[in-house]
Amino acid sequence: MSADQAIALLAGILGGALRVGAPFLFVSLGECITEKAGRINLGLEGVLVLSAMAAFGGAYVSGSVWIGVLVAMLAGAALATLHGVLCSLPRVNDVATGIALMLLGMGLAFYLGKPLIQPQAPQLVPLELGNWSSSPAVKAALQINPLVPLGALLALGLWWAFANSRAGLLVRMAGDSADAARALGYSVPAIRIAATAAGGLVAGLGGACLTLFYPGSWNEGVSSGQGLIAVALVIFARWSPLRCVGAALLFGGAGAIGPALQSIGIGWGYHLFNIVPYVLTLLILVLSCKPGQLAAGAPGAFSTR
Amino acid sequence: MRALLKEALLPAGAILAALGLFGLFVSFAGASPVEVWLILFKGAFGDWFSWQNTLQRAAPLMLTALCVAIPARAGLTIIGGEGALVLGGLAAAALGHALPLSGLAGSVLVCAAGAVAGALWIALAGWLRQWRGVNETISSLLLAYVAIGLFKHLVEGPLRDPSSLNKPSTHALADSLRIGGIAGSDIHWGLVLGVVACLAAALWLRWTVSGFSVRVVGGNLRAAQLVGLPAARLILLACALGGAAAGIAGAVEVAAVHTSANASLIAGYGYAGILVAFIARQQPLAVIPVAVLFGGFGAAGSLLQRRLGLPDASVLVLQGIAFVLVLGSEALRGYDWKAALLRLRHSSPAAPAAVTP
Repeated sequence: MSADQAIALLAGILGGALRVGAPFLFVSLGECITEKAGRINLGLEGVLVLSAMAAFGGAYVSGSVWIGVLVAMLAGAALATLHGVLCSLPRVNDVATGIALMLLGMGLAFYLGKPLIQPQAPQLVPLELGNWSSSPAVKAALQINPLVPLGALLALGLWWAFANSRAGLLVRMAGDSADAARALGYSVPAIRIAATAAGGLVAGLGGACLTLFYPGSWNEGVSSGQGLIAVALVIFARWSPLRCVGAALLFGGAGAIGPALQSIGIGWGYHLFNIVPYVLTLLILVLSCKPGQLAAGAPGAFSTR
Repeated sequence: MRALLKEALLPAGAILAALGLFGLFVSFAGASPVEVWLILFKGAFGDWFSWQNTLQRAAPLMLTALCVAIPARAGLTIIGGEGALVLGGLAAAALGHALPLSGLAGSVLVCAAGAVAGALWIALAGWLRQWRGVNETISSLLLAYVAIGLFKHLVEGPLRDPSSLNKPSTHALADSLRIGGIAGSDIHWGLVLGVVACLAAALWLRWTVSGFSVRVVGGNLRAAQLVGLPAARLILLACALGGAAAGIAGAVEVAAVHTSANASLIAGYGYAGILVAFIARQQPLAVIPVAVLFGGFGAAGSLLQRRLGLPDASVLVLQGIAFVLVLGSEALRGYDWKAALLRLRHSSPAAPAAVTP
């Protein structure tokens, strides 16, 4: 491997970390909000696919990429609200409901997205941060999705809000000690529904990243488990929004190894490199879980399971 | 019998409600709901041709549903049946090519290879949970993606038949290893295998000591440990049996439908099996009719597409709505309808009386 190829590979992985990691970032932040309130939403995979379709459709029909982003957030929030409401019913299990919404979200997205497979929608304009470099590979790698800085700000904001704001403390109280929330006269189901809906809203931004930036088109294979990886990622990030940023970048980088190798002409084992993120997730789960013990930083509501 | 009917009433009502909602949904696309319901019925159970198509799809659904239902009875939510299915199919195709097998014994061995591959894959998820406390729902689905990646790598690489140009496939199974139709129909013996597997699973859970122990572990883990049941081993056993069922589904799909392992094997039977198992409330006997029903909806999907121009994903929408409503209907379990009716009857004449002075 020559020096140029090595630079291209590194730049490919770095750029890929930012591109591929963006949906991970938003879905894991969304799941973080949901889980802080004491619920698990496995349906975020469905939210991601549905909002990806909604983003593309919104941008295509309106001609404005930001309307697409907005539509994605609303679609994500709508599906997540359904999850929140269903789980508040008696005897309804949140894991099973999550699986059901995963299938429903994908079905709705494939059904409504059928006419969107061919056309081109307006795309998010990348922030060019690589103009200082003469290498085209580095320049290409540093074309940043404008939603990524927004996601970083959001993570910072969430981190602050969970520690300092009234809403953030309420969400944490619902997740850590539902009795305390009830004693103060708050409705725990209402807080959880609101947190699940907010989580879907944020995860919807991840869907927008998929169809409006990278890969930048809508098809039925646009997400293959990113939503679910992000759920596992929250465990790895120990329910901290700030650590979600790092985790998302790490996973983005892992997911970019295959395409980066292909771009410099190494096609062998393409499918093997594509499974790296899943294997990495499993490894991290193995390392961060302990039998019979709660993962560090887990909301208290999960201890009763 | 009455208890059975009562048990089935809620899911059946939920599925009817789902069909109603689905009709409303397609009417937004300009299709007439009544026509959609008729075509769903015709495409699924209307004539002999549709019945064959339906039962052909029901066979793998029964087996992948068992992959969810059996571990569920041990208290685990496994949703990675798709992974066990594709690896089972791959193992069957690989064994059939590697060894000079033939005849019925050969077919049995090919299916056994699929069962072993599937069993190991799902047992891995169960083992990760026992060993490290990794959530089996997430790990089994991640393992399914890993399995699909491995499958694609092997089918397009080391195990590829060089003569398969457009669609990378493994070497086709020898004719004598293939599973044929029953009495000349398109319904293959895999359906019998699926029904037998469901019956066997039901008998095992109901009448044997190990099956009963699995149910105790699933019902109350602490009680099971207190009476000295080997909980870890029973959980692994349940996972392995479930995985074996899904692996056989893959092997049968290869031996009876596709003749070689290729991308057509990744058809979503593993995911539809989750739905079937949940609607059957994790009861192996109930899996049989539910699998036939959803096999029918799958068969009707292509007719909906041809006759009404609806997208092929419309069946997925129906499945999703049905899943959500069936889960939501659990909230109504044990609801006192009589008391509610009485209250309604008492309150309605009283209400106008209160208004008139």
